[in-house]
Amino acid sequence: MIAAVAFYVFALILLASAVMVVSARNPVHSVLFLILAFFNAAALFLLAGAEFLAMILVIVYVGAVAVLFLFVVMMLDVNFAELRSGFQRYTPIGLAIGFVLAAELFIVFGGWKIAPDEMSLRFAPTAANVNNTAQLGKLIYTDYIFLFQTAGLVLLVAMIGAIVLTLRDRQTSRHQNIARQIARIPADTLEMVSVRSGAGMTEIGIRRPKVEAAVPEVEHATTDHDHGAH
Amino acid sequence: MSFFFDNPLGITILTVAEALAIIVPVLIMMAYLTYAERKVLAAIQLRKGPNVVGPFGLWQPFADAIKMMMKETVVPAGSNKMLFLLAPMLTFGLAVIAWAVIPVNDGWAIANINVGILYLFAISSLGVYGIIIAGWASNSKYAFLGAMRSAAQMVSYEVSIGFVMVCVLLCVGSLNLNDIVLAQQRVWFCLPLFPMFVVFFISGLAETNRAPFDLPEGESEIVAGFFVEYSSMAFALFFLGEYTNMILMSAMTSILFLGGWLAPFGVEPFTWIPGPIWFIGKIVVVLFFFIWVRGTFPRYRYDQLMRLGWKVFLPLSLLWLVLTAGALMLFGWLPNAA
Repeated sequence: MIAAVAFYVFALILLASAVMVVSARNPVHSVLFLILAFFNAAALFLLAGAEFLAMILVIVYVGAVAVLFLFVVMMLDVNFAELRSGFQRYTPIGLAIGFVLAAELFIVFGGWKIAPDEMSLRFAPTAANVNNTAQLGKLIYTDYIFLFQTAGLVLLVAMIGAIVLTLRDRQTSRHQNIARQIARIPADTLEMVSVRSGAGMTEIGIRRPKVEAAVPEVEHATTDHDHGAH
Repeated sequence: MSFFFDNPLGITILTVAEALAIIVPVLIMMAYLTYAERKVLAAIQLRKGPNVVGPFGLWQPFADAIKMMMKETVVPAGSNKMLFLLAPMLTFGLAVIAWAVIPVNDGWAIANINVGILYLFAISSLGVYGIIIAGWASNSKYAFLGAMRSAAQMVSYEVSIGFVMVCVLLCVGSLNLNDIVLAQQRVWFCLPLFPMFVVFFISGLAETNRAPFDLPEGESEIVAGFFVEYSSMAFALFFLGEYTNMILMSAMTSILFLGGWLAPFGVEPFTWIPGPIWFIGKIVVVLFFFIWVRGTFPRYRYDQLMRLGWKVFLPLSLLWLVLTAGALMLFGWLPNAA
């Protein structure tokens, strides 16, 4: 009973927030409603007994992807009014896609209803003493290992692509070489000079920065940028 | 007794009682954490700290709480009022609900779920929303800068926290927090996984926005960061959330690495003390380290913070993960998964 009530509550909030994602005027509100929708979808997974999927949904989508998404929306000055201007023109396409999805769902669940025995064979229930994390691991790392690795490879390619597109050294920033800073000792930079009495600073200075020998600078030509070590 | 286990009303009452039984001690602990922090920092800086309200200043947290409640909640005119008020509630709410899965003793958790560690990870990754929403809804430059810093920082350090957790999970063979503690009966994981223990603790500092990683609120640069515009109870909720998160992070450290409620070595004189006392004791020790670090280290520069997260901790934890998996395979120590 409680599970049924919980299901309807979460499903209702999920649908309402999904509607709000497309109808909210403020794009930041849209993203926040999207996050609420993710969250309720995770709750539905939990109710279906897929606790691992639920937690991964929250960690990956809500905790990482949506954060970046929210940032892009907050930072960029996207003109959403303009984006929305074609709303009426695209309505038929949207409706068509919605109709196709609904029809597919109908067919899937229809098959479930018409031939329950056959369907139950396909959805092999997990044994009571095996939790679905372990079950998932056993499937992913044995039967579906190649698909799993391919998915990982696709992600790797996407990651490398993003780095290649964005990483370019404009030669304008002076990088900090922390290893070099830590390796520096006073003897490297300071020298003791014995000064004739009364001469003091006027002649050579008591303690002065050592004139840097021709140390080949690896990163940059400037020599005086790493005094941060002191 | 069966009333509490069979009757729906009884179950509800029992659940509420269980929740209170963990939230109230956590809040009291949080109140005295602020007091302990001020006392320890004072000792580090050769001052006395709070010493006026009550004996040794012990009533100071309550005086502060009452002061907070009496103040006016100022909502800036340009802010998004709904989100502005939602953010502190979200922060505090998330900090509290994470405690649902923390086992205080063998089996003493409100929800002893199979994916406990993932639940904690998910909740702590949600914590960033309270800060981003606060920064954006305040409609203030400083608040927004603080929120930006915080989001980048928390997302970065979550990655290495995740890998550290995977290292521990490899040695345990279960995502259940109860099993994680019981797996440490022979040796606490802080010994074989010592580098990961250090990485986890430092990442925990970053994850809770504590010094030396408190850039989101860096008062010398951006006033107070994401909560500049907050006053009164709204501010107090952020404050409560931050300190509750500190206690939570300490609890996670003691569960993952310090054997939770287990007595050291599991031998006679230590086992006389009940588990929850050990658990609280370990939390307190970790919390002391949190404060000690704050009193000792200067704030990191932002690019150095990012460098530490991505270029030091991430490769290190990844390497250690491979080493752990390799060692477990080599010596046949892999725990038998169910």
